[in-house]
Amino acid sequence: MHKVSRDRRLRTGLAGAAVITLLTLAACGGAGSNSPSGGAAPSDPSAFTFLNITENAQVGSEMKQLASGACAAENKALPLQVQDVPQASLDQKLLLLAGQHALPSMFAAGNAPATTKTLVKGGDVVNFQTELAKLGVAGDVEPSAISSIDSLFGGFYVLPTQLNVEGIFYNKKIFAQDGIAVPQTWSQLVADAATLQANGVQPFSASGQQGWPITRLIGDYLDRSIGPDALSAVAKGTAKLTDPRYVAAAQAVASLGAKGYFGKGVESIDYDTSVNTFLTGKAAMLYMGSWVLSNIATPGSDTVGAGNIGFMPFPDVAGGAGSASQYPANVGLPYTFNARTLGPKSAAWLKCVAANYGSVSLKSYDTFSGFAAHPAVTGLTPLESQVQQIISSTKQSVLWFEALFSTQATTVSQQDAAPLVNGSMSASAFMSAVQSALTTS
Amino acid sequence: MTELLGNKRAIVTLIGPALLIYTAVMLVPVFWSGGYSLTSGNAVTGYHFVGLANFRELLSDSNVRTALWFTVRYAVVLTIGQVATGYLLALFYVFVLKRASALIRTLLFFPIVLPTVAVALMFQNLFSIAPVNGPVNSLLTAVGYHAVDWFGSAGNAFWIIIIMDIWRSMGFYAVLLYAGLVDIPETTIEAARIDGATGPRLVRHIVLPLSFPVLLSALIFSINGTLKVFDSILALTNGGPGNATTPLTLYMFNTSFSYDEYGYGATIALLLTVICLIVTLTLYRWSRIGGQGAAR
Repeated sequence: MHKVSRDRRLRTGLAGAAVITLLTLAACGGAGSNSPSGGAAPSDPSAFTFLNITENAQVGSEMKQLASGACAAENKALPLQVQDVPQASLDQKLLLLAGQHALPSMFAAGNAPATTKTLVKGGDVVNFQTELAKLGVAGDVEPSAISSIDSLFGGFYVLPTQLNVEGIFYNKKIFAQDGIAVPQTWSQLVADAATLQANGVQPFSASGQQGWPITRLIGDYLDRSIGPDALSAVAKGTAKLTDPRYVAAAQAVASLGAKGYFGKGVESIDYDTSVNTFLTGKAAMLYMGSWVLSNIATPGSDTVGAGNIGFMPFPDVAGGAGSASQYPANVGLPYTFNARTLGPKSAAWLKCVAANYGSVSLKSYDTFSGFAAHPAVTGLTPLESQVQQIISSTKQSVLWFEALFSTQATTVSQQDAAPLVNGSMSASAFMSAVQSALTTS
Repeated sequence: MTELLGNKRAIVTLIGPALLIYTAVMLVPVFWSGGYSLTSGNAVTGYHFVGLANFRELLSDSNVRTALWFTVRYAVVLTIGQVATGYLLALFYVFVLKRASALIRTLLFFPIVLPTVAVALMFQNLFSIAPVNGPVNSLLTAVGYHAVDWFGSAGNAFWIIIIMDIWRSMGFYAVLLYAGLVDIPETTIEAARIDGATGPRLVRHIVLPLSFPVLLSALIFSINGTLKVFDSILALTNGGPGNATTPLTLYMFNTSFSYDEYGYGATIALLLTVICLIVTLTLYRWSRIGGQGAAR
């Protein structure tokens, strides 16, 4: 009896101690520090570290080109060090580094704008509105790029290493062979896809592994059918993705998959394979941003020939409130600077990048950036000129599907995209899952 | 010896340093993580006390239910699979190959030393359908069947994970169980044979009861390892298609490090810890009862 009561006392004591420890640790968690280095002035690190994503070697190459050319003096003062991380691990890495105040000098901003907003709250990201003005290079960034960044990130917190419009790249030769004209409406696009499929041509190439090339179609369908405010309404909570009009968009895209228009094993297709499938003539259409012009211009990767590739907007949806003239526009995966390490030498790098990135990007990599090109670049291909003309003439742009989503909702949306088009997930289940992730976060 | 172990100072001197290290590297992080489960926020924006909100979310989160169900199915099926194949291989080594089993044992043990990511890549290619058919689909089409999108459906992806993990681990369990089987006295086996017990009867009535303790150890080893599976699934399917093959560990990882919700991630970790504890205690208790039963 004595032993039993002693055991009980011991157990009660241990349980009490555990609860007290938990509560103490919870209380000790604290509220964290939000100001850079607790208010200390930013100081230069020993090297200009640059964190890039593995999938986008271009920005790393451009930075190296700048380091050996226009920014040689800055590189001598603070040598460039390029590091790579897979895009899927980028957010995790940024948040872990930010928690230790160990972010690189310049880095790829997170996959979702929400990640950058978190870093802004923590005081880890440079406000370029003030910094570029201080450095006297504010005029080197296109106003349209700043406007896009403002609407997505709530301020000028990232640099527009790209300025893209999105649409459907198509193989002119295949279209001509199959007697297909550029479709003006969604119904025509679906009918054309059926014709292509019947003639043994894969209509669309898309990466289910990435997911976003598929969810972009849903976003565009919503913009065309409900109107350009369709996704902001979801972000504001005035509409839900589970509303019938929204589910209809997912259903329209799921139907393309159900008919096999994305080819076999779409969930196994990575980004490069999807682009190569189109550039080698094995698929008739590719929904992509204008950054793919760089792949089209790369010798050897494009066996179709740049002259045989056309670009069309996502078509209208009959009776919809949106218009094909409203192109989805973005700044790609942007890059930003660490506020805690923006000392004089890092600031010199920022000034040099702002002044020179635009021309190097267009001249050497056939990519439009949000930086002004000095001097103006000539000798563009007809396709590049067409895209440039669209970028400069687009009066109203629309957002992509996940633009205003949380990181969790973005992940759920992109990982469920392949199940949506391979038939293992219904349109309503897809939209419910994404809406639930949005609500949770 | 009794005098030494009766001396409290000697006990403290002997156990103290190890207990101190264990407390520092094991218990403190466990309780620290438990503390996080009562908070919301992250390392960048700071942590805020939210009471039991994370636990309430845990109860209503359908993703947790999906991940828990997958984890349990995976643990049960894989444990049965890897211990059963390991046991069959061990019997094969002892009763068929006998002294010539060294080479086969080495070859079958080899997959466990290969990096998980390399094995996962091999299986991805083995079962791929796009951009080109892998060997399995090529074989299917060669004999007149349609190629199968193995990673496109939850059911198929689950079985590919199981096949891969059994292939990786069966050699390890075979060696573990082989060590138990070779401990059975030859004379006992011979006596059973003289009494007419051969083949399955010999295994059922003699070998199985005598190898029960090592079999139980293998089961405990396996179930705990499979409940905590992470790397092989991350590398092979990344939890897909959708979240159909996402175990609790991967969901916890994503919640903490991708969704930036460290508090809720710690709550999921706590759930996993409790499950592991329950399973271990159950098996431990069962082993004591079972061990006594087998000894009779």
